[in-house]
Amino acid sequence: MTVLSTPVGIATSAADTLRRRPGADMAGAAFKWLLIGATVFATGFLAVLLGVMIVDGWDVLSGNLVHFLTHGFSQRSATDAGVWQGIIGSLQVALVTGVFAIPIGIATAIYLVEYAEGSRFARLVELNIRNLAGVPSIVYGLLGLAVFVKTLSGFTQGKTVIAGGMTLAAMVLPIVVITSVEALKAVPSSLREAAYGVGATKWEVLSRQVLPAAMSTILTGTVLSLARALGEAAPLILVGAATGFLRFGDANFAETFTGPYTALPVLILNFAQQPGDDWGTNAAAASVVILVLVLMVNGVAIYLRNRFEKQW
Amino acid sequence: MTEERVTEEREQVPVSTARIDVSGVTTAATTGTRTEVNTVFECSGVDVYYGDFRALRDVTLDVAEHEVTALIGPSGCGKSTFLRCFNRMNDLIEGARVEGTVNYHGVDLYQAEIDPVEVRRRIGMVFQKPNPFPKSIYDNIAYGPRLAGARKSALDDIIERSLIRAALWEEVKDRLKSSAYGLSGGQQQRLCIARAIAVEPDVVLMDEPCSALDPIATGRIEELIAELKTDYTIVIVTHNMQQAARISDMTAFFSVQLNERGTRTGELVEFAPTSHIFTKPDDQRTEAYITGRVG
Amino acid sequence: MSPSPASTLSAADLRTSPGRRARSALARWLFLLAAAATVLVSALIIWTVVSEAWTFISQVAFDKLADIGWFPRRGLFDLSTLLVNSAQISLIAMAVAVPSGFGSAVYLSEYAHPRVRRVMKPTLELLASVPSVVLGVFAISFITPSILSPFFSEINFFNKLAAGIAVGLLVIPLIASIAEDALRAVPVSLREASAGLGARKITTSIRVVLPAAMSGLMAATVVGFSRAIGETMVVTIASGGGDTSLFNLSWMESGGTITSAMASLGLGTDQVAGNDLAFQSLYFLGALLFVITLGLNMIGDQIVRRLREKY
Repeated sequence: MTVLSTPVGIATSAADTLRRRPGADMAGAAFKWLLIGATVFATGFLAVLLGVMIVDGWDVLSGNLVHFLTHGFSQRSATDAGVWQGIIGSLQVALVTGVFAIPIGIATAIYLVEYAEGSRFARLVELNIRNLAGVPSIVYGLLGLAVFVKTLSGFTQGKTVIAGGMTLAAMVLPIVVITSVEALKAVPSSLREAAYGVGATKWEVLSRQVLPAAMSTILTGTVLSLARALGEAAPLILVGAATGFLRFGDANFAETFTGPYTALPVLILNFAQQPGDDWGTNAAAASVVILVLVLMVNGVAIYLRNRFEKQW
Repeated sequence: MTEERVTEEREQVPVSTARIDVSGVTTAATTGTRTEVNTVFECSGVDVYYGDFRALRDVTLDVAEHEVTALIGPSGCGKSTFLRCFNRMNDLIEGARVEGTVNYHGVDLYQAEIDPVEVRRRIGMVFQKPNPFPKSIYDNIAYGPRLAGARKSALDDIIERSLIRAALWEEVKDRLKSSAYGLSGGQQQRLCIARAIAVEPDVVLMDEPCSALDPIATGRIEELIAELKTDYTIVIVTHNMQQAARISDMTAFFSVQLNERGTRTGELVEFAPTSHIFTKPDDQRTEAYITGRVG
Repeated sequence: MSPSPASTLSAADLRTSPGRRARSALARWLFLLAAAATVLVSALIIWTVVSEAWTFISQVAFDKLADIGWFPRRGLFDLSTLLVNSAQISLIAMAVAVPSGFGSAVYLSEYAHPRVRRVMKPTLELLASVPSVVLGVFAISFITPSILSPFFSEINFFNKLAAGIAVGLLVIPLIASIAEDALRAVPVSLREASAGLGARKITTSIRVVLPAAMSGLMAATVVGFSRAIGETMVVTIASGGGDTSLFNLSWMESGGTITSAMASLGLGTDQVAGNDLAFQSLYFLGALLFVITLGLNMIGDQIVRRLREKY
């Protein structure tokens, strides 16, 4: 018991023992710098990546950029080849992805949050969404090949932008659902009660109060999911985005949805697999193009979030 | 058996209250010089800011050694904020700033060369909600001594002593290696007290240690506080006036002032021996509060 | 003259107009339909993958599943080649991603000024959307020639080490994000308890916060590993370009993984030649990948759920 009593000499020695000793927290300082190093590594490689791609692709980016952006693929020479078809194809695929994933995703989220919280079917849907979110993208390619390209060929016309877009829609669906669920849950229940209190039906409460309130967050999530779709190549390879020569003839806009197509990341794969430094330059330049594209879309998402951010 | 012990403890509470009166007499009023007691803390003109917001204004009071000093007042009056000035816990809050002086045995705790970590080793703290680590009972108490470099062989001894001191030994001695989360709320809080005193601090700060506990567990903690003050200086924040009356020697009453900008700033209204505060307070606001007319 | 309101009120007055009620009911059914569609996606994945994979399993000669390597068009389907390469590349990826991801998570949750955190969290999200083909190009145009070659002179142009490092970079944001959530879920009161006992920040972080968040950190690792196994394009570009690969254990050699073998088969689906089972093997690999990642994700999910119950 005596050991636990107050230190006797404290009054005289307090000043000394409380003083910051130089080097007392060396380990702490080292640890902090280690963590900063890890953080810089984790986030800084984007800058290195961008730098390397710009340097490697400089010949194209500085001298040949307009040609590169506006011309189609060429089997003959690297300097003739461009990414125009890839850009158009990627945007078309993203459009189809959005058309399918956004309504279904948001509607599923509404069902989960507003109609069925806690029901057995809702739990099944939730579990299913969580598991789908972890399925590797290439597995969605198998789904697309079997279902969208073959079984539904009457609708998709086979290996087309529509089949590709539907495949990616299945892939990003979990992301849209998860972000929309979070957005809807963030809407305070007092808003719903207020609307019910003046005699609105459930649909009126949803369409006029809850959805407008949650829309900015939902929008941010969906834009991010489209960015993900823009950069994805693996499933598109399986559902037939052309990786080689592609005629881009006189087809009008509508017809391009049902004809052969390619996508920017698939073109990059092609460039990267060709022998020779010229193709390497093309791969790097195309990487810069897709990075800029994806960063721009992300920028839009971040802008939307900051612009409409609400405090509940 | 437990039933018996509980009633026994409840009956002992008045005894400790009786002791308070004695020590209260030995203490000179308010902030005047103490004659018969050593002063541990001398605070003067303490302001606390969170960013631009002033949470506490111009607090001046002294804390005497081996006494229980209670900080009471309505919620939002800054009593917890003030408690956290004593061991520089406010440093952990982003944007918090303390002005004025807090002298500890004559050393200004807020001068640049003071290491807040060393301060906290001497000035222990028990928190509002029991916050044992998700470790075994043993490892919870061993945490502090290990930081201080205690030898492995000494640990068993320290743990037993701390648990005995915190009146928990009998209940847990057979399951020291099991999780602290298996204990009841009251036991967890006594474990936290044992953890705090295992590093042999000079002062123990308690931030509403009983607010999350049932009356029986509260009674035990109060009894423990009365015993601990023979070895430690205790500063306790409580929203329970009866508790302050039962266990403390000195009482500081804080109140909230509504500023013209609509913000609330806490201030010290009255600081006096507990018996004085609870029988004939000098300030109208104190009287209103303790008689239950406000807050 | 004017009757009191109560006497004229009938049940009809308290009925919603049929149109409004119908719209509300219709909306409900549409939402339910959408939710059902997401379940249908899963069902279709499982059905297609399993049925085609079954064709493969029922027709393949089992001795062909263990041979000198993965040569689908010659009818040699050595699974160990792909499994070993997948495991090797994923382990390299984790060796890169776990220290860096955990380090940045601890920095952001314990040390960073709120303003820094507000900038860094979106940056991590941004990193998560870097297309994987770009990291594949990065691996062959920078990691191998500029970082690895100076140290390993005999390293192959296509190699598992560079592929693993690039996959690691890709997985960092995911791991950092889950780990940060786990660390932030540790109650502030535990940090205060530790600080109140005179612990420095490093001690509080290592001895209190990290152990308390352990299950979340484990979940981050498991989910990250699952993501690394499923990553396709980086490996296809940087290590497993061809559709064949000979069994080898060297990190400095090229080698195809489950995913890159699938991509290579996919690239050739128009001109499938040689062995008839090559196409079906694509689905078999898909089934294998699906089971592995699903299993890992379910483990991760379980760990996260247990974490949530604790506090």
